[in-house]
Amino acid sequence: MSDKVLMKGNEAIAEAAIMAGCRFYFGYPITPQTEVAAYMAKRMPQIGGTFLQAESEIAAINMVIGVSSAGKRVMTSSSSPGISLKSEGISYLAGCNLPALVVNVERGGPGLGGIQPSQSDYFQATKGGGHGDYRNIVLAPASVQEMADLTVKGFDLADKYRMTSMILADGTLGQMMEPVNLNIGEVKSYDKPWALTGTGCKREHNIVNSLSLLPEELEEWNLEKFERYAQVEKNEVMYEEYMMDDAEICIVAFGIASRVSKNAIDEARSKGIKVGLIRPITLWPFPAEALLRASKKAKAFISVELSMGQLIEDVRLSINCSRPVLLCNRVGGMIPSPEEVFASVLEADKIGGEK
Amino acid sequence: MAIVFQKPQALTDNLFHYCPGCTHGIVHRLVAECMDELGIEGKTIGVASVGCSVFAYNYFKCDMVQAAHGRAPAVATGVKRANPDNVVFTYQGDGDLAAIGTAETVHSAARNENITVIFINNAIYGMTGGQMAPTTLPGQVTQTSPYGRDVKTVGYPVKVCEMLSQLDGPCYLERVSVCDVKNVKNAKRALKKAFQNQIDGKGFSLVEVLSTCPTNWGMTPENAISWLKDNMIPYYPLGVYKDREAKEENK
Repeated sequence: MSDKVLMKGNEAIAEAAIMAGCRFYFGYPITPQTEVAAYMAKRMPQIGGTFLQAESEIAAINMVIGVSSAGKRVMTSSSSPGISLKSEGISYLAGCNLPALVVNVERGGPGLGGIQPSQSDYFQATKGGGHGDYRNIVLAPASVQEMADLTVKGFDLADKYRMTSMILADGTLGQMMEPVNLNIGEVKSYDKPWALTGTGCKREHNIVNSLSLLPEELEEWNLEKFERYAQVEKNEVMYEEYMMDDAEICIVAFGIASRVSKNAIDEARSKGIKVGLIRPITLWPFPAEALLRASKKAKAFISVELSMGQLIEDVRLSINCSRPVLLCNRVGGMIPSPEEVFASVLEADKIGGEK
Repeated sequence: MAIVFQKPQALTDNLFHYCPGCTHGIVHRLVAECMDELGIEGKTIGVASVGCSVFAYNYFKCDMVQAAHGRAPAVATGVKRANPDNVVFTYQGDGDLAAIGTAETVHSAARNENITVIFINNAIYGMTGGQMAPTTLPGQVTQTSPYGRDVKTVGYPVKVCEMLSQLDGPCYLERVSVCDVKNVKNAKRALKKAFQNQIDGKGFSLVEVLSTCPTNWGMTPENAISWLKDNMIPYYPLGVYKDREAKEENK
């Protein structure tokens, strides 16, 4: 009997969260991620956990803040417009140095947009999203298995570094069904002496707070945060290389775009074109070093994304704009086809080699 | 020598930053006395809001979290669901609770969350310099209603206790004031009941405290108290608006 279960991406996130020890879920229905809430509504009572459908995405993220400040693992999920609503709360999580898992199953935007997949919340996710100087750890799954694995990883990183981990998925991954192995092994637990548990009149009170009217102090808090972020950048970058050993053209893509790109790469390789893929798994911290290395051999890069060009900026920055970077994109809920990616590869192949 | 009066244990030694005549000072003391008398300081977690009382985390000795504007009841919901054995209270002003936080207020009451909400209603936004609040009275002059609140263009004040009493969810809603000794004693009784309800697992309790803001009302503390008695109490009558316990006892 196989260890694998056939699951929908959204449900895999939920079950993996439970495996990782999360017993609190707050959310609000929004397509295409409502299955996360529905699954949690059934599962949490079965295991003595808490499921609460909040009055809004804003209320949900603030409930997350409450549970997190009390020292417990907690998550919320939403889709693009709902994540915008959570921006203030996500900024507060960062300001208060609180761990949490936030899931964004992206849909077309801006505004009410559409319900089909997109990757157009990339800037919002990787540049913080809310106000102020901060970062989220951004994890980009490309399969239902990764929806589960990265959820578990997300909780671990959030606790380790006292920050938000964001799962940046898209509607396709949320809705697709694939076999997934949910044996995640041992879950590490972290001491949280800063958590609010009641002083017992035995210790000084703990304060979870992001306000300081003293600029010297607020600056110090910001600097300390970024020291932690530097550790994350040093230790937690994740990416996958596909056919990169001799690649002259480097595709950069994540999520569903990376799967489409692999099809195009296989087709191109069969025609003798030396193209490969670097698939960021952490979008923040971005695998800049891997791209820079690739730029020594590659003559051109292609950013394949479901947006008007957001990932492409980090591609250009990573390689110091040293090579041409083409954009292969669809928006509004459309997904680039392998044929469209292949056409981009042909375009890139026309570019002259090393001068 | 016998000590006949002292600062409650549950208050820190930090000096309050509040204005002379501000009733936050009284209410902070009453809340701390409740914690002392009920012996709950060690298991209380307070949720500070955004307003003049934003620094409440510096004044109460219990564990504290500072919430975004209006969101304290949602944060309190999270804290209480995570640690049901802790006593969780919010301390909010009229902008926090009745403007931006209306949804969180209504829904935590509707869910009968087992928390204690302390609502400081002084009919104005104090911290930001005296702007109109949802509870500002018709004709009342504020920085954003400089010609007096005109009900034709901005409508009428929100009566929180009355509004919430329409819900089946909440357990206990009472409006009190701290405008004289008799009322301060009554307010203390109401606050203590609101905490005791939570300890007994009875559900959502809210105490609305009619308060003064001498600085932004442009009055002396004494005149502010008179203004409260003459204008606020008639508009926001004191009393119990919901008490599920009493109702059930009478059945």
